[in-house]
Amino acid sequence: MPAFDEMNGFGQGVRPAYRTIQAWLDSSDPENLRRLQKEAEFLFRRIGITFAVYGDAEAEERIIPFDIVPRVLTGSEWSTLSKGLTQRVTALNRFLADVYGAGEVIRAGVVPADLVYQNPAFRPEMVGLKLPHDVYVQIAGIDIIRTDDKDFYVLEDNARTPSGVSYMLENRDVQMRLFPDLFAETRIQPVDNYPDELLASLRSLAPASAPAEPTVVLMTPGPLNSAYYEHSFLADKLGVELVEGRDLFVLDGVVYMRTTRGPKRVDVIYRRIDDDFLDPMVFRPDSVLGIPGLISAYRAGNVTLANAVGTGVADDKAIYTYMPDIVRFYLGEEPILKNVPTWRCREPDSLRYVLDHLPELVVKEVQGSGGYGMLVGPKSTREQIDSFRAKLIADPDGFIAQPTLALSTSPTFVGDGIAPRHIDLRPFVLTGADKVRIVPGGLTRVALKEGSLVVNSSQGGGTKDTWIIEDPAEGTPPAAGQAQSQSQAGG
Amino acid sequence: MLSRHADSLYWLARYVERAENTARLLEAATRLSATPITAEDGRNEWEMAVDGTGTLDLFHEQHAEATQRTVVDFLAFSHANPSSIRNCLDIARANARSVRTALTMDMWETINSGWMETRGVNSPSLTRQELSDFLSRVKELSLRFDGSAYRTMLRNDAYYFLRLGTFIERADFTARVLALKADVLDPNRPSIGGSSDYFQWSWILRSVSALTSYHWVYRDNLKPNLVAEFLILKAEMPRSLVSCYENVTLNLDSLSRDYGRQGASQRKARMLLSQLQDTTLPGLFAIGLKDFLERFILDNASLGNTIAEQYLG
Repeated sequence: MPAFDEMNGFGQGVRPAYRTIQAWLDSSDPENLRRLQKEAEFLFRRIGITFAVYGDAEAEERIIPFDIVPRVLTGSEWSTLSKGLTQRVTALNRFLADVYGAGEVIRAGVVPADLVYQNPAFRPEMVGLKLPHDVYVQIAGIDIIRTDDKDFYVLEDNARTPSGVSYMLENRDVQMRLFPDLFAETRIQPVDNYPDELLASLRSLAPASAPAEPTVVLMTPGPLNSAYYEHSFLADKLGVELVEGRDLFVLDGVVYMRTTRGPKRVDVIYRRIDDDFLDPMVFRPDSVLGIPGLISAYRAGNVTLANAVGTGVADDKAIYTYMPDIVRFYLGEEPILKNVPTWRCREPDSLRYVLDHLPELVVKEVQGSGGYGMLVGPKSTREQIDSFRAKLIADPDGFIAQPTLALSTSPTFVGDGIAPRHIDLRPFVLTGADKVRIVPGGLTRVALKEGSLVVNSSQGGGTKDTWIIEDPAEGTPPAAGQAQSQSQAGG
Repeated sequence: MLSRHADSLYWLARYVERAENTARLLEAATRLSATPITAEDGRNEWEMAVDGTGTLDLFHEQHAEATQRTVVDFLAFSHANPSSIRNCLDIARANARSVRTALTMDMWETINSGWMETRGVNSPSLTRQELSDFLSRVKELSLRFDGSAYRTMLRNDAYYFLRLGTFIERADFTARVLALKADVLDPNRPSIGGSSDYFQWSWILRSVSALTSYHWVYRDNLKPNLVAEFLILKAEMPRSLVSCYENVTLNLDSLSRDYGRQGASQRKARMLLSQLQDTTLPGLFAIGLKDFLERFILDNASLGNTIAEQYLG
């Protein structure tokens, strides 16, 4: 059976949300679309929206392909989604406060102790530390997929240093620049308040000792990092300094940055650098990216890190399988977003099933990310499957398996016309002292290769602008744009 | 602002300025090489071009002879010359990338698109026309960068550090180019020697894009002592040492006003400026032009170090 298509459903006609898009595509000359697609690429390259691909010296900087056909969700779809996201991220924060605190979720037998305490992402340094308003994950990126028009599934929780939000903002900019008419016809929820919402969240979580106007900085590993463009983009939009480790130092338990006017106290660090590299005195001693003494300042309560240290224990793929129970445990509610059914290979029955069904399953490393280190059974050769089988048997705890889901598709411009390609969605969820903020939209990633299910940019994925529109009335006539173009064609 | 960002801005401006200056030197040398005249002192225009960038020793480690081919490669494209135009643009862009938040979109786009347009140009395959196009693009990049900074940047410390880089680099270049002929300048013989001498003096003015303006200011033929006066002491000449130092002082004063604090850089710059302002043409020749310029180059570099210690560390 073909996958659910966001525009055409299962082939029973254009879904109301996509009428404008359909009309636009029908009235557009492919040559013109090709030209605009090229222009979009030129814009991205000139603005310098690039990312580095590790291990690819030739193409040191690439742009992530941008597809000119937007992905559309209706207001009511978004409403369900945003309730579900709020619920999920609230539960993630409660879970983290618990595992670094009383550990009730473990005592209640909801999550096995070893999955938490033996987890390489578990940071003993965090135990007993009280964070402002118990917020650990200030910025979460939750990867959402669907296979029909009923349910949204969480594919992955990203609670460490999720990236991609700059593309959400830039895609909208470029889409508006190239297709102003589309925006005149449809009321699309804006996303450009994201930096304001982020800054408000970050400032609300400054340490108690900070002044009324806390100083926020964004910390990057530097220009060689694959997401450096995003770091500089966000710092710019936030109006905060983009710092590297060497710009900061710790004195008497307080973090300062070196400025042309002398040292200046720093209160909140939105860090886009992994735990391991934060402080060579506590984590990797060979890290030259970090700040010696940072963790002591953190533990003294003089600086807020966003996200907190040790959040990785909540977003790995082994804990993922327990998320529905975690939601029920802390909130006493049924999860609004579903989990993809998952086999935990650490459980012998599951492992046996997975080994017997490798060619039809997707197997992922518990600690992996970015589309690396996974097996997509139906797309793999015998040899690839056999070698993966050996890895799996050697370390069953390190893997989970899921059915190969037919991710929904969306119309995509592919050089010789419009064709369906698989997509997912990463909305960004901000948690502050006062509330959870989600700008309506997110980053839609698209697997540009025909049939491919891997949407990661490092694996040849592209991105789309994501529209949240008002609910269209059922059964209304075609959008004005189409009527007009038809009458023009007829006249 | 972050000290590291101030440092990147300062060097970004220096490398853009250096790329433009080197492009002008090469243009002037190309032009001079097309005149059928051999130099009396046996130095050819290509060797002088290398000398004007202060990299003659490094050049001779790599090349026996200064010809159009070796010098164009060395000054424009060589990765083995840290000050080649290619390296200047690479370093400028790397600096721009690391301080993107301090640049306006126009400035970044100028650097980034200029860098993309020129990165494919390579020396062995270059025709005269292509070289000339390349050099024009480099000058254009610098002019656009300068203009977009002037028109779009907030007037705050970021702007002042950028400008400091420009003027310190520019003063260095003017002094070096003038020093190329300083040793043959005889104050007792104020007129031009042979025709090769004439072309070399016009070459020097051309390298700092001052040939036309010289005639406007002096309404006279090229006279070496007037060229020296023009490039050192004339405040209305934007590449003269005194003009560069008026700007260095201005920007350092703006910084100290914003920061509410004076330091060693301000004192040193003001001292150098008043020395320049108090100097007269006869005074220059009393010291010896060559000595004067060599000392200036050292003082200018030392001010750069003082700025780095005070702000960029």
